Amino acid sequence: MASFKPTNIPVYPKLGEKVTQDTLYWKNYKAPVQIKEFGAITNIDFSPVTPHNFAVTAFTRIHIYGPFSQEPVKTFTRFKDTAYCGRFRSDGQLLVAGCEDSVVRLFDVGGKVALRMFRGHTKAVHVTDFTSDRYQILTGSDDYTCRLWDIPNATELNVYQEHTDYIRCGITSKLNRDLFITGSYDHTLKVFDARVDKSVMSMDHGQPIESLLLYPSEGLLVSAGGRYVKVWDLLKGGQPLVSLRNHHKTVTCLALSSNGQRLLSASLDRHVKVYSTTNYKVVHNFDYAASILSLALAPDDESIVVGMTNSILSIKHRKSPEESREISGQQRRRPSYRVFVKGKNYVPKQDDYLVSKPVKQYLAKYDKQLKKFNVSKALDCALEKWIRLRNPEVPVAVIKELDRRGTLKNALAGRDEQQLSRLLSFLIGNLVDMRFAPVLVVAAEMILDIYRSILGQSPVIDRQLLRMQDLLEREIDYQKELVEVLGMLDTMFASSLPKMEVPCSSGFFVQNCSVLSGFFCWISCEGK
Amino acid sequence: MVEHGDIRVVHRGGSKIDFRQPVITNDSRFLLCASGECVKVFSTSTEECIHDLQGHTDLVTGVLLRPSNHLQVYSCSIDGTVRLWDFTDGILIKTYVIGCPVYSIYASANHEGVIFIVVPMLGDKRSELFQLVAVHLPQSGDQLVESRELSAVLSNVSSNPADIAFGRGGEYIASAKGLQLKVFFFKKQKSYEFSLKEDNKKGGLNTFTCVACHPKDDCIATGHGDGKIRLWRNFNHKKEYTYSTLHWHHNAVSSLCFTPEGTNLLSGGVESVLVQWRYNQESQRDFLPRLGAAITHIAVSPDGALFCTSHSDNKITIIQSCVKVSAVIQGLVKGDVQTDLIVDPRSKALVLNGKPGHLQFYSLQRDKLLYNLDIVQQEYIHELGLEQFEVVKAAFDASGTWLATVEERKQKSAELEVNLKLWAFDEQTQSFVLNTTISAPHEARITAMCFRQATDSQTTMLVSTSKDGHFKAWQLATPAHTEGPSWSCDFVGTYHGLVPECCCFSADSSLLAVSFQEVVTVWSPTSWELLTTLSQPPGAIRDLCFGRLSCSKYLLGTTAKNLLCCWNLLTCSLEWSTSMDISLLLADPLSENMAAFCCQAGCTDLFVFKPSEPRPLFSHKAVCSGTVTRAVFAPREKMLDSCEENSQWLNRSQLHFLTQYMDLMTFTTKAEDDRLMASSKQLVIDDSVAMTPFYLLLGKHRHQQQENQDPMSSLSAERTPLPQSSVAIKELLQTPAHVLPSTSFLCSMFVQSLLISVTDLRSNHSERHYPQMEKTWNSGNQQHLFQENPDDHQMICRLHLPQLRSICT
Repeated sequence: MASFKPTNIPVYPKLGEKVTQDTLYWKNYKAPVQIKEFGAITNIDFSPVTPHNFAVTAFTRIHIYGPFSQEPVKTFTRFKDTAYCGRFRSDGQLLVAGCEDSVVRLFDVGGKVALRMFRGHTKAVHVTDFTSDRYQILTGSDDYTCRLWDIPNATELNVYQEHTDYIRCGITSKLNRDLFITGSYDHTLKVFDARVDKSVMSMDHGQPIESLLLYPSEGLLVSAGGRYVKVWDLLKGGQPLVSLRNHHKTVTCLALSSNGQRLLSASLDRHVKVYSTTNYKVVHNFDYAASILSLALAPDDESIVVGMTNSILSIKHRKSPEESREISGQQRRRPSYRVFVKGKNYVPKQDDYLVSKPVKQYLAKYDKQLKKFNVSKALDCALEKWIRLRNPEVPVAVIKELDRRGTLKNALAGRDEQQLSRLLSFLIGNLVDMRFAPVLVVAAEMILDIYRSILGQSPVIDRQLLRMQDLLEREIDYQKELVEVLGMLDTMFASSLPKMEVPCSSGFFVQNCSVLSGFFCWISCEGK
Repeated sequence: MVEHGDIRVVHRGGSKIDFRQPVITNDSRFLLCASGECVKVFSTSTEECIHDLQGHTDLVTGVLLRPSNHLQVYSCSIDGTVRLWDFTDGILIKTYVIGCPVYSIYASANHEGVIFIVVPMLGDKRSELFQLVAVHLPQSGDQLVESRELSAVLSNVSSNPADIAFGRGGEYIASAKGLQLKVFFFKKQKSYEFSLKEDNKKGGLNTFTCVACHPKDDCIATGHGDGKIRLWRNFNHKKEYTYSTLHWHHNAVSSLCFTPEGTNLLSGGVESVLVQWRYNQESQRDFLPRLGAAITHIAVSPDGALFCTSHSDNKITIIQSCVKVSAVIQGLVKGDVQTDLIVDPRSKALVLNGKPGHLQFYSLQRDKLLYNLDIVQQEYIHELGLEQFEVVKAAFDASGTWLATVEERKQKSAELEVNLKLWAFDEQTQSFVLNTTISAPHEARITAMCFRQATDSQTTMLVSTSKDGHFKAWQLATPAHTEGPSWSCDFVGTYHGLVPECCCFSADSSLLAVSFQEVVTVWSPTSWELLTTLSQPPGAIRDLCFGRLSCSKYLLGTTAKNLLCCWNLLTCSLEWSTSMDISLLLADPLSENMAAFCCQAGCTDLFVFKPSEPRPLFSHKAVCSGTVTRAVFAPREKMLDSCEENSQWLNRSQLHFLTQYMDLMTFTTKAEDDRLMASSKQLVIDDSVAMTPFYLLLGKHRHQQQENQDPMSSLSAERTPLPQSSVAIKELLQTPAHVLPSTSFLCSMFVQSLLISVTDLRSNHSERHYPQMEKTWNSGNQQHLFQENPDDHQMICRLHLPQLRSICT
């Protein structure tokens, strides 16, 4: 007497993203800490020295947060208007910030009052930065100028008036004290040398530039403007290397991961994309709740800080190794090894008589009903809500099994309004899924046959049937379009393939061997 | 043409064992069942076949224990004889010649010396009408007894043995046919007839399908086509009979059986559930479900401890009192062979589709089913008219590590469901484990499938061709995100939208040949480049086959228009072609030989040839009637060393084929037959009592006594070889003392053994010199003989005395 063979639930290939090293790395962050600021967060800058505090510029304030603090460690509030671009000096002692009122303020990180105020710009200053010799400040403003200031004397050293629109981003070289680059809304980015009065290099981005980034080696420059991220080779005289278009709204911020292997770009479309710097392919993607204005990574990628237009600061900290292990351990919830092997490794003694216990076969609910030939009940069990929603392949497999047994009609018939509407809603949800369609179409036809006579008696059912009709019509249209595309592709392939002559005994030629590998195949792999 | 002197076609096992109801012996140790032309005796505990009772020359149609002697069994056959056997030793005791085909046999303990058989009305084999006759078996010492005195009991009965049954104490016999039940009372010599209406209200079929009689009570149980069971009582009246109805089966009841005490009634049908009804408490039922296939017969052992059920898939299940299946005797399932015959490279077993949804592995050497591999892995629903998944194709790779199977299910309205499954051999469990399931690998039926004969460095590859006009190559790949390697599609090829029919890899697997109707395309499997096309119109290619070893440059194909073509792949031209209607072409994997089954005038001829030689190596006219569509070369375990030209092709492998009637046949050489014969004889000797020292001594003694009774040597009282060569002495000395019989017994024997030799000598001597004295010897006067020549005797005695003394000390 053979035992009952349970219904075979096929394992369908996962159509989602594949698990790579990158996804594992970038998913290994804790749930974000969210802090409400006073306004849109325009800039985030990490202090170069430990403990790597970061300055968050939002509205009229600059808050400095410690690496794990939820509350600001320090606040600078002495701005008359909206502050911009609070940045640390390379020794972490000084902080510079621009302001809507065109005054550039320099703060001691320990103090409260500005040490210096640089006046000279006529409009809002959106860009401030320290040069690498630590004694000068670069500023860029909406008055189309950028200036260099001397910190000790608080005097203006030079003015560059080459841009023809707002300057919204700029960066100084970390290796050369005289070099700096600015990007403007006039679509150009210019490389300046403080030793000469004019720009030494100018490149056209094509869109208003929002953000600039220099590689640590400073051979490559990345600019973001519009929906594009472009990489320029400075050593080849500003030759464009790649142009990336992965966002569908303006890219606002750029960042490099600590090892320089991954480039991150944040955009108003609420995504942060991670690119590999070797092939510039997107390897990972973060989603956020609102448009992103600013992004920064802590050294060693310990945390990702993102500022958004809805004035929420989101901080994600990397999981410690123990934590990540703990989480995976919790997910399994398996009995301990000792419980698992309990009694299994017992070696019987010579005189022992072995009594074998019959192994109980555990069956799913629907299988129990199928075993008893209760077909309607089996279908009901398989259509329970959590199964239906989480594992649609289970009801589909049960329907298939019933069809194989020739009892699907019996199982579908004789249902009341509620049961029928549940059935129909499942069909509407999964009917056009290519994996389930062959099975569900048969079931749908049967339902229509069985319940044809009661049409118009229940508004709920009628509505669902109309929805189904709608769905099918749309699906047919899609399929038509797809077949058209396929036809076009076929002709293109056929014309592009060289016609080659094959030696043969009776004079046939190869015309076409189209490769549509596995187009209509679904392969399910079953592990051991 | 080469003559086929010593090669003959023989049946190769795998005969039906579910044809008739099996019989369990009184001690429940053996199970006897009719199987083709012999009766097989199985052990109920070990499932092994113990004897084949061979002797009938046609299909055996019934087996019955002799009521007066429970160690003997009757068997009847279409060849018109009833034979009586001793089944414990497998000896034929008597043959009763009836003279016309016998379809079933019945007997009752109360009818001493009479058996009841069903024979055709007119004594003609083709007659559709049958009668039940009583045969008085004459008491005679002869082996072959003519018993043609038949006295008719009932006319117009069914030839199905389940339709006739003996009633309580053999008082009456019940027979059912169509819609009529007849009961014949022997005492009154009167028969009663009861008939049912053609159709009842619900449209069920009322026809009788089987009959069983209660052993202790006047009650007849009948099974019906609509699944009902009727219990008839009071049937010795014409009018006042009654019946009650039991209904559980939803299809025809195929077998009914009462337990010996009459407490339970067993029934079975296509549902493959054994139902046990309590007699008089019919609402109480016990079920034994999922027995595997439709039940065709049910039998109960005389003590009621064992039940056994025969199933339509050539299986007998032995059940311990409706609780537990204790043994399964499975024969080769040959219902509808869909797959080719394949040989598993690992176990050398023959592989073909067996039970629905299973592949069976059948050992050709041991004539035994090894195991069934469940391919479909679905609960089998036993219902008539339900479309089931069938295994239609199977293929092994060269090393036997991968198995590919195709299962399909065709419904009337819905589209074809096809699944391609790939199985990996698991060393630990020694069986195949499912690796990949590909649902709908093609949009239409798969026509052919073959593995690439990969050498170690290459990856395994499977090519499948389908009616949808594509052929696909499948390859083992290791995707990053799953744990194990799995199969995926590597290449899809088409040729002018034609339908590919067969595919074949060359011996070194550097070429793939795919036939598209009348064109053969040759591809390179590494680059998927079309290398060449070969064509010999008209007629679509039916079979395609590469040569092996030295003939590997040849590609052979048969076309539907009776043409056998051989192309040379080096020149890409036709080497030769001949006009033959070849139904099957196959290559021996171990040699260059090819076998072609050629259909001619309703018969099949076999030709074995080498592609490089114009003359066939071997030909056999009229191998069997009908066409041969399935055949296989099975490698031999031990190579034969025949040097004769016409049997050399059988040295490495043996050719098996399936005839139209699903008989598995093979070719054997004379040398092989002889060897088989010798081994079977040896087996018989070995089969006797165990060889213990005790046996050697006593057995010899008995042997002597038997010989004494021989009329020829009655004079020479004892006859053993000369003392120096006598084993008896050696045994006496070498056997441990505690296993020896008493000394007094041995002593006389021993001394006798010393004495006889002389008389033996003498007898020979005297035989030579005095042939005229034979008569006096036969009178048995030994004294007289000793007196005649006493000197001689004493001399030899003296010779042996020192020896005897040394032994005794």
